[in-house]
Amino acid sequence: MKFERYGIGIAKGMALTFKHLFRPPITVQYPEEKLVVSRRIRGNELVWYPDRCTGCATCAKSCPQGNIEIVTHVGDENNYVVDKFEVDTGRCMFCGLCVESCPYEALAMGLSYERAQYRRGQLVLSKEELRLSDVRQPSGYARPKIEATLPEQSLLVNWDREKGGQKLSLVPLSKKRGRGV
Amino acid sequence: MAIKTEPFILNIGPQHPSTHGVFRLRATLDGEVVVDVEPVIGYLHRGIEKLAEGRTYTQNIPFTDRLDYLASITNNLAYVLAVEKLAEVKVPERAEYLRVITAEMMRIASHLMAVGFFLNDLGAMMTPVLYMWREREKLLDLFEMVCGQRLTYNYMRIGGVSHDIPEEFLPALKRFVAEMPGFIDEYDQLLAGNEILLVRSKGVGVLPEELAINSAASGPVLRASGVKWDIRRADPYSIYDRFDFDIPVGSAGDCYDRYWVRVQEMRQSVRILEQAIPQLPEGEVCAEVPRLLRPPVGEVYGHIEAPKGELGFYLVSDNSIAPYRFRIRPPTLINLTALKDMVIGWKVADLIITFGSIDVCLGEIDR
Ligand code: SF4
Ligand code: SF4
Repeated sequence: MKFERYGIGIAKGMALTFKHLFRPPITVQYPEEKLVVSRRIRGNELVWYPDRCTGCATCAKSCPQGNIEIVTHVGDENNYVVDKFEVDTGRCMFCGLCVESCPYEALAMGLSYERAQYRRGQLVLSKEELRLSDVRQPSGYARPKIEATLPEQSLLVNWDREKGGQKLSLVPLSKKRGRGV
Repeated sequence: MAIKTEPFILNIGPQHPSTHGVFRLRATLDGEVVVDVEPVIGYLHRGIEKLAEGRTYTQNIPFTDRLDYLASITNNLAYVLAVEKLAEVKVPERAEYLRVITAEMMRIASHLMAVGFFLNDLGAMMTPVLYMWREREKLLDLFEMVCGQRLTYNYMRIGGVSHDIPEEFLPALKRFVAEMPGFIDEYDQLLAGNEILLVRSKGVGVLPEELAINSAASGPVLRASGVKWDIRRADPYSIYDRFDFDIPVGSAGDCYDRYWVRVQEMRQSVRILEQAIPQLPEGEVCAEVPRLLRPPVGEVYGHIEAPKGELGFYLVSDNSIAPYRFRIRPPTLINLTALKDMVIGWKVADLIITFGSIDVCLGEIDR
C-alpha cells in the first residue's frame, strides 16, 4: 500500500491523544469513592417483608431457576403461615421476575451490590437474613414508591466536559450500604 | 541444501486475550503462513436451547440475555418478537418506540466494543478501546437507569417492555445523541487515516461477495463484502419502516471495510435515535398478556438485525406454557464459518485481526 505523505494519519491520532492528556479523569477510586447506582438497580438478592407476604408462592413459580423455596402451613385464620422462605442466591441471576410477579409487594430487589462471600452455603439466605436491615435496603425495581425516595443516579453523560473535574455525585465511604462491611 | 519443513499446529486459546472469550483455534502453519484453521467451540456451552424447553415463555427472556451478552437488548427483542408472532400479541406504540430506542443504543454499544477490540487485536493496545468504552459507559449508565442492570437487561416482555423510562432518561439520552457524532469524528481522527491501521487491514482477510452470501454471513460482515442486506430494511420488524437511515456497504470485504461499516452504522443508529426521540408517544408500555402464555400450536421463525448479524429464534409451540422447541440462529457462529476461507494464505497476525473483525461473542456461539 502506498501513501502520499506517510505519517499524517498517525500524527493526527497523536494530536488527539495529546489533547486527552489535559482532560480531567472520568474514573473514580472505587472502594473509597462510589457512584450512586440506579434507583432501579437489581442489586443484592432480595428483600422480603414477612408482614406483607401471604405465602402464595407466585414468586417461586415465576423464578426461572427455581431458587425460592417456600414451605407453609395453614394457620388459625385459614391463612398461610410461612415456615420457610429460602433463596439460593448463588444461582440467582437477578432477573427480577420474582419481584415483578409478587402481587403484594412483599419482595423487592436489594440496593447494594457487594455480595462476595467466603462459602457457597452463605449465599443461601433464610427468612431472617432476607429481612429489611441496615445493610439490606430495597431498590425501586418494579416498586415505584420506593423508587421515588432514592437519590438520583450518577451519570457519565452529565459529566461536564467544559468545566472539567469530577461532577458525578458520589456516596462517601461512611454512608455506604454494602453488606458484610 | 534444501531445508526440510513440515506444517506446525498452533493452538490459539481457549484462554487467550485475542479470542474474545473461551474460543480455541487450531491453526496449521507453514512457517508463519496459515494453511488451515479449525475453530474448536463449546467451552461456554450451557444448553440454553434445552433449558428453555422446560421454562415458560416469560422465564426464557433472561436466558436470551446470556447469548450475546454484549447486546442483550437485541437478543430479548428477537425472542419476544418471535413469541409475539406466534401468539399474535399486539404491542403498544410507546413500547415499540422504546424497543427501537434501546435496540439502537445497544447497536452503538456493541459496535463500540467490536471496533475497540478489533483495534486491540491489531496491536493498538487499549488506547482506542478505552476511548470507546467511555461512550459505551454512558450507554450502560442509561440502560442501568431503565432496567436496573448494566449487562443482562431482561428488559423486553412479551407484549411490550418491562418498565417505562424514568423522567431523567430522555434528557440524558438527548445529550448523548447530541455529542455522539463528535465522538465518532474523534475516532475517525484517531483511526481512519492511521497508516498502521490501513496497512494492516486493507486487503487483509477478504471475504468475496459470493462467498459471503454462500456462507450465509450476515450483519456488518456481509455488508462489508458489498451486499446491501439489512433485515431492518429487507424484512422490517417493529417500526423500523418509519425511520430514515442508510445501510452502509463496503466494497472490498476486507478487515478495514468491516471496521468502516461498523463506524458508519453507529452514525446511522444515532440518526435513528434522533428521529425516534421526538416521536415517542405517551401511553402504555406493555400489552395485557396472560402470565402463563399458551400460544396456539404452530411454529414460527422470527429474526432481527442484531448488531452482529441476523439473530433468529425458531420456536415450536404445542399449546403448553413452555416452548416445545427453542432454536437460536446465532449470527456470529455462522459468520465464523467463513473464517477459514478468509485467512488461508495470510500470516498468523492477520489471522488474529481477521478473527477480531468478525466480532464474535462466545456466549452466542456456544449457547
Ligand atoms: S409472591 Fe410475594 S406474597 Fe407470594 S409468597 Fe412470594 S413474596 Fe410472598
Ligand atoms: S431474581 Fe430471578 S433468578 Fe433470582 S430469585 Fe428472583 S426470579 Fe429467581
